[in-house]
Amino acid sequence: MATLAQVEMNAGMIHGANMVVDGPVIHAEDVHKYYDLGETKVHALRGVDLTIQPGEFVAIMGSSGSGKSTFMNMLGCLDKPSNGRYLLEGTDVAQLEKKQLAAIRNRKLGFVFQGFNLLSRTTALENVELPTLYAHMDKAARFARAKEVLKMVGLGERLEHFPSQLSGGQQQRVAIARALVNRPSILLADEPTGNLDSRTSVEIMQIFQELNDGGLTIVLVTHETDIAQYAKRIVVFRDGKILRDQPVLERPRASEELKTMPSADEEQD
Amino acid sequence: MDLLAILRIAIRALTRNKMRSLLTMLGIIIGVGAVIATVGVGQGAQQQVQDQIAAMGTNVIFVSSGSVNSAGLRLGSGATKTLVYDDMAAILREVPTISMAAPSSGASAQIVYENQNWNTRITGTEPQYFQIRTWDFARGSSFTQDDVTRSANVVVLGATVQQNLFGNTDPTGQTVRIGNLPFQVVGVLAAKGQSGIGQDQDDAIYVPITTLQKKITGQDWLQNIIASATSQPASYAAQDQITGLLRDRHRIRPGQDDDFSVRNLADVAQLADQSSKVMTLLLASIAGVSLIVGGIGIMNIMLVSVTERTREIGIRIAIGATESDVLRQFLSESVVLSLAGGIIGILFGVASSITITKVLGWHILISALAVMAAVVFSMAVGVFFGFYPARKAARLDPIEALRFE
Repeated sequence: MATLAQVEMNAGMIHGANMVVDGPVIHAEDVHKYYDLGETKVHALRGVDLTIQPGEFVAIMGSSGSGKSTFMNMLGCLDKPSNGRYLLEGTDVAQLEKKQLAAIRNRKLGFVFQGFNLLSRTTALENVELPTLYAHMDKAARFARAKEVLKMVGLGERLEHFPSQLSGGQQQRVAIARALVNRPSILLADEPTGNLDSRTSVEIMQIFQELNDGGLTIVLVTHETDIAQYAKRIVVFRDGKILRDQPVLERPRASEELKTMPSADEEQD
Repeated sequence: MDLLAILRIAIRALTRNKMRSLLTMLGIIIGVGAVIATVGVGQGAQQQVQDQIAAMGTNVIFVSSGSVNSAGLRLGSGATKTLVYDDMAAILREVPTISMAAPSSGASAQIVYENQNWNTRITGTEPQYFQIRTWDFARGSSFTQDDVTRSANVVVLGATVQQNLFGNTDPTGQTVRIGNLPFQVVGVLAAKGQSGIGQDQDDAIYVPITTLQKKITGQDWLQNIIASATSQPASYAAQDQITGLLRDRHRIRPGQDDDFSVRNLADVAQLADQSSKVMTLLLASIAGVSLIVGGIGIMNIMLVSVTERTREIGIRIAIGATESDVLRQFLSESVVLSLAGGIIGILFGVASSITITKVLGWHILISALAVMAAVVFSMAVGVFFGFYPARKAARLDPIEALRFE
């Protein structure tokens, strides 16, 4: 059982990007999850064992109902296992209080969603700043960090735009920037390319690959095999358990793929 | 997050839908405005009563014949005939705490000047009456003690009577007719305005008591004696002494009720003050109800807002907002709503008070205390009625919230 001090230490990684941690980043041990749906009880996860080391790039695949979304929610500390253990950087998540979980979501994890989930009536810059507000960073530091991270995803000049004024790909970049702003150790992405066209999807995967090259651990959920190939390891879920867990052989480089793809203005859809 | 940032974010969220925010504030605006205006009216009335009573002269004691109904300053019409002039003389003689006393009896009378006539209240008294009531003369002077001895046909007019019969001309020296008798006007009293219970004090005329008793009413008993005590504390002793003296003179046995009543103006003042306080409180409470209604309106709209922003709340929780972060965010919105409504309501209340004063002529008193209380109360309403929606938002399950359309 982790003491508060240990949790604080683990969660207080604001300035050390991708600090080298002893041991796995994610360690799930015989994880079960039950849901109450009125009269029936759904056994969504039926004994999942998964270990992810720092610096890995894992793609989770599976049909709907396979349990992958439930597992992702748990990885993201939005939910707790009913049975079994889930250790995030050595800390047992089930032992933590709501406030500590919020701190972990704020500083250790970064989320990217299929629907981007940006706040529609705030600018790109303010969207990216949002996690830093909850981290109680001061105004100047927030602004600087948000600009820095937007530049990293290639959106240096779109700071004052609202999401409705940005394309799908640009919105997802803003979402990725928001996920990175507090220097998390893990990036969790749930169908990040689901709402994007083929070229933009590959552009987003390029960003992910570059981030992973820099040492960021990435866990990605997708149903498209093409997208999963950009990761280094594919884990397939079925009926609440892991069916297959294999490294990717012949992994493509997104940057190379983009050169062979027609550019956006050439595509006639 | 510092206070300024929280405020800025709350204001931004509220200005997104200006119409809705304004309509929500309306309840609070009306509630606070009504409270400010009604408390202003109540306190103004209180002040006016105090002023009127103070203007009547301090340390004044009223002795009335018969039992008197307790309607404040209105003197009884004299159901008994036992109060006499000699009683007054006795009081002056034997009650050391009384410095001056004057008799008073009244009736309704028609007063005529040339082709103008006016129906007014005629009171028979002696010259010291005006001193006891600290009533100055605008023109001329009172009739004299000599006039009393001779039952002279002289009259002092109140300002309203003078206005209605003579307009702007000086009536002193002129002859009027009261009942069919000619009277010479010797003076006009300065205007005093309305009494604490809405009576026009200037709609009155005064003649010597002897003249009234012999030539107009034919009654030789008194309706009232008005006296002035040496000091305010002495007035309480005077009250008791007069009661004892009169019971003795009227041969009232122990256990029998008085056939007169003695009232200390200080008591009357206190009674009037208390009753106007109660009235103010009552009015304010009724107005306060609309404040509660306004608060319910805020709660309603905040609940709608929380539902609409379920997804947004889910996102915030997912990226690290704690329960208290979300609680604070929504609570600050409801507080800003109610506080802004409160401030506008205060302005609205002050504006209505000024309008009422100009149109109806009532005195209104807006105290700094009332304004501060209004501000504090509107904030409290915001916190109280905004709490439930804010808590609902803070306790949302992020997974469900993110799935919300």
